[in-house]
Amino acid sequence: MNIVIIGNGISGISTARWLRKLSDHKITVISSESDHFYSRTALMYIYMGHMRYKDTKPYEDYFWEKNRINLVNDHVEGVDYQNKTLSLKKGKTLQYDKLVLALGSKSNKFGWPGQDLNRVTGLYNLQDLEKIESFSEGLNRAVIVGGGLIGIELAEMFHSRHIPVTMFVREASFWDAVLPIEESQMITRHILKNGIDLRLGTNLKEIVDDGNGNACAAVAAESGEKVDCGYVGLTAGVSPNVGWLKESGLEINRGIVVNDKLETNQSDVYAIGDCAEQANPLPGRRGVEAIWYTGRMMGETCAYNICGHDVSYDPGIWFNSAKFIDIEYQVYGEVLAKPKEHHKALYWEHEDGEKSVRILYDVNDQSIVGFNLMGIRFRHEVCEKWLREKTNVKEVIANLTMANFDPEFYKKYEEDIAKSFSSQCDLSFSNPKKSNLDRVLSFLKA
Amino acid sequence: MSEVYKSMSISNPHPPFEDGIQKAMAAVAGVGLLILILATIGIDSVSTPLNLALSIALMSIGTLGFAYRAFRIKPAGIKNNGVMFSSTMSRGVIGWIAGIVITGFYVVLYWYEGLLGLGANGAANTGLVGFFDPLAMAIKGTPASQWFVYGTLYTVAILIFGVRFIWRYRHNRYQVIRTLSVMGFQLFFAYLIPEILESLNGDYAAKWFDKDMKNMWPLDYDMFDAWHINNMSTTGILGWGFLIFSLMMIFVVSPFLTYKYGKRWYCSWVCGCGGLAETAGDSFRHLSDKSMKAWKIERWMIHSVLVFVTIMTIAVVYGYLGDGSQYYITRTMFTIIVVAVLIMVAGAFYHFMNKRKDAQKDLQKIIMGIAAVIGVILLINFLTGSGNAFFIDNYSIKKWYGFFIGAAFSGVVGVGFYPLMGSRVWCRFGCPMAAILGLQQKLFSRFRITTNGSQCISCGNCSTYCEMGIDVRSYAQKGQNIVRASCVGCGVCAAVCPRGVLKLENGSTDVFEKTIDIRNNHVQMDTV
Ligand SMILES: Cc1cc2nc3c(=O)[nH]c(=O)nc-3n(C[C@H](O)[C@H](O)[C@H](O)COP(=O)(O)OP(=O)(O)OC[C@H]3O[C@@H](n4cnc5c(N)ncnc54)[C@H](O)[C@@H]3O)c2cc1C
Ligand code: SF4
Ligand code: SF4
Repeated sequence: MNIVIIGNGISGISTARWLRKLSDHKITVISSESDHFYSRTALMYIYMGHMRYKDTKPYEDYFWEKNRINLVNDHVEGVDYQNKTLSLKKGKTLQYDKLVLALGSKSNKFGWPGQDLNRVTGLYNLQDLEKIESFSEGLNRAVIVGGGLIGIELAEMFHSRHIPVTMFVREASFWDAVLPIEESQMITRHILKNGIDLRLGTNLKEIVDDGNGNACAAVAAESGEKVDCGYVGLTAGVSPNVGWLKESGLEINRGIVVNDKLETNQSDVYAIGDCAEQANPLPGRRGVEAIWYTGRMMGETCAYNICGHDVSYDPGIWFNSAKFIDIEYQVYGEVLAKPKEHHKALYWEHEDGEKSVRILYDVNDQSIVGFNLMGIRFRHEVCEKWLREKTNVKEVIANLTMANFDPEFYKKYEEDIAKSFSSQCDLSFSNPKKSNLDRVLSFLKA
Repeated sequence: MSEVYKSMSISNPHPPFEDGIQKAMAAVAGVGLLILILATIGIDSVSTPLNLALSIALMSIGTLGFAYRAFRIKPAGIKNNGVMFSSTMSRGVIGWIAGIVITGFYVVLYWYEGLLGLGANGAANTGLVGFFDPLAMAIKGTPASQWFVYGTLYTVAILIFGVRFIWRYRHNRYQVIRTLSVMGFQLFFAYLIPEILESLNGDYAAKWFDKDMKNMWPLDYDMFDAWHINNMSTTGILGWGFLIFSLMMIFVVSPFLTYKYGKRWYCSWVCGCGGLAETAGDSFRHLSDKSMKAWKIERWMIHSVLVFVTIMTIAVVYGYLGDGSQYYITRTMFTIIVVAVLIMVAGAFYHFMNKRKDAQKDLQKIIMGIAAVIGVILLINFLTGSGNAFFIDNYSIKKWYGFFIGAAFSGVVGVGFYPLMGSRVWCRFGCPMAAILGLQQKLFSRFRITTNGSQCISCGNCSTYCEMGIDVRSYAQKGQNIVRASCVGCGVCAAVCPRGVLKLENGSTDVFEKTIDIRNNHVQMDTV
């Protein structure tokens, strides 16, 4: 079988790798962004000088030939689903037996005046990064529009080069649509502490043209204030990169609509990763989940389905992680900005204001529903097991030390946490037991 | 209008590359170095005790002041900003110059000590060595040697750069404690205590033996030389104490600690070579080669050195043992003991590894390696019957080992190439001690680096900053624990990981199954 994958991001590459593990089919991966798979999540580190581009490639270049995965650097401009052919920009056409669309996302633009000026970009791909690099020399100020995970990364990038940054953020507190208010305020404080000019409750009205087609200022909608700058970054979220397929007969809503086998409405065409939208998302999940981990899981699931194994896509228990300048963030399970009615949140914050633990449980049966961590690392498998088994929150607290994943010799806060939690609800939590790796391992095996 | 934001633009008021204060600090360190150079080239008026103190103080203040601006004033956290743009840290012009200068210094130190002013045949020291005479007199009551100068500068470097390292990773207690440990071991166990012990050894002062307790065979490759054993066994309680202690370290203490904590207890907590790499070499850790090819070369080289040093040591001992009149054991007895020990070691490996499917290849290689060593020993015993292992004089083999491995590799290349190949070239490709501890770590240690479920985003920070050139990401992104012979447990991969994916830890219940879980296999085959 001849399998063609469009997109060499984590989703497409996961499919390719698993196809190779499971089969001997011919595999071709096409991308117009880069010759080889690199880690999109590491874009910021290239700019900051922590790594070079080549350090962000998860596999050495010989890997692809050794595993007989053909790489094509070209842009796909059209798909003919009847004849199963692709037309490529450089003029070639390509046949496929099965097609996998792993097209990723593109940065949102909401029709702002000036959004297409020179010196305005998103932060999504290598081409964006190259442009940002070229605008950075002598840059007096960067304005960043939108305060999500990518916005804060872009801010940190400029910050590392000592380029002043102003952020326009619509929300009243940073990322408070996702983070509960205490965590959101912590991050807000942290951003301000780092000297980034954070403008909350601020929308972009327009980007001003300097007369030569370059952005030279950004205007805030609310105050009308004009912030002079030499660059504007648009990081108000991403959306599936499916524009060019809109009229092709593929069913597209926000993303390419897929069933639980990741099949689209066209036969032998699959869609995975950022560009896919689940027709029937599992409870508690969204149709489009544009994150690394889901891309990886879909990629693997898709390979099984192509190889004739019937596997439904099930991402399992939600988890994610990020880093806000120096504060690491992890989430396991269901932690919403505003907890559901029958969910109770317990929150502990360290006096330094840069570490916190939030635990949510269901008041009806006291079962654990989520963990939200700032500045403290928790063990994924332990949290997952507790969540899957709907463990009683009292048992979770009594064994909280098992979840700790901070490096050795770090201060432990479980006792404080248990005390603080006891005072926040009518459950009384016992002092967490001491733990070590052996206990964790036997818990996970049990 | 933009005036309003002026105060915000002090966001990060310190330019990425050196600011004025840092330049001044570099100049201060430069003056300290200049004094040292002037003394070296023999400007006598410079060579006073006060100037020695001044020189070391200026170099320390300058380096620390520079580091303070670079790290201490910034918010705590991983700040590798600009590393890849820096000429010094990314094999730029400055990096190459530094590499050449340090290499040159080592060449002079090892082979042209006269240039440093070591007085020949009892003549008074001049130049750099003479400059250090007052300090040597104060500490141990004898004039300096080039090794005293080297030891002093080495210790000062570990201390200064150790402080820098602690500032840099001050949010990370593992790093802070570990660095205090290498600083302490260097200052006390490698430097002060041996020098002071030597002076206390009164009558036996002439009979030198290595009093650095943490320096064991095979890193200390002349541990079992006749003169060394003689000097130990004829210098009373101190000498005997050291002999027994050394043997205990090799055969009991070190395998036990490696079982408990991995080889990190030595390589990144105690060892002097490791100490310098972790502190003065910290800025160069990312220069290690992460390719599969480099890993292959590494395994061949380091294990060849280990086999070689083992045979060489045995041959040397064999060479000076006679028919039993001079020592308690005869050559034949010695041969029998060594072969028996090696067979036991091979048996132990077989016992531990035979159950493990993933270790079969390693097991074969180890058994073959040990068999080869036994073969060579028997050959020596039956064919030559003398001290000439390879039909050439054992001591000349040792001399060449000392030249190529002990000096050229561990010193000249090991440190001189920091700015070119990273800080652990010696530890990774050459150190026989690392090879032994590595085998123990891989085979029966409780130590591993746990990967946190599926949280890895394949960014590559861990691999990039692994000084041992381990492609940490290749394991982490699979959700597999990292168990590699070469891992020195520095913990920097875990520190730089932006998603908190890695944790160094020890556990006894899964010693032989540490790497079996692949947590990122999302679809379980048996459910298909
Ligand atoms: C700066 C940044 C930081 C991020 N950090 C995190 C993080 O910390 N954690 C996390 O979970 N997620 C993170 N994400 C999100 C994560 O990177 C994405 O969810 C993930 O990369 C999507 O993978 P994908 O394979 O679906 O698509 P992509 O990686 O976008 O790959 C799609 C590829 O297909 C190519 N392509 C598209 N159309 C065509 C065509 N017609 N012809 C040829 N080639 C085409 C594109 O050029 C692209 O290379 C981050 C994203 C960004 C931008
Ligand atoms: S794997 Fe991690 S702990 Fe081990 S040597 Fe490399 S960076 Fe250090
Ligand atoms: S383990 Fe951490 S540092 Fe290494 S690739 Fe994964 S996320 Fe990046």
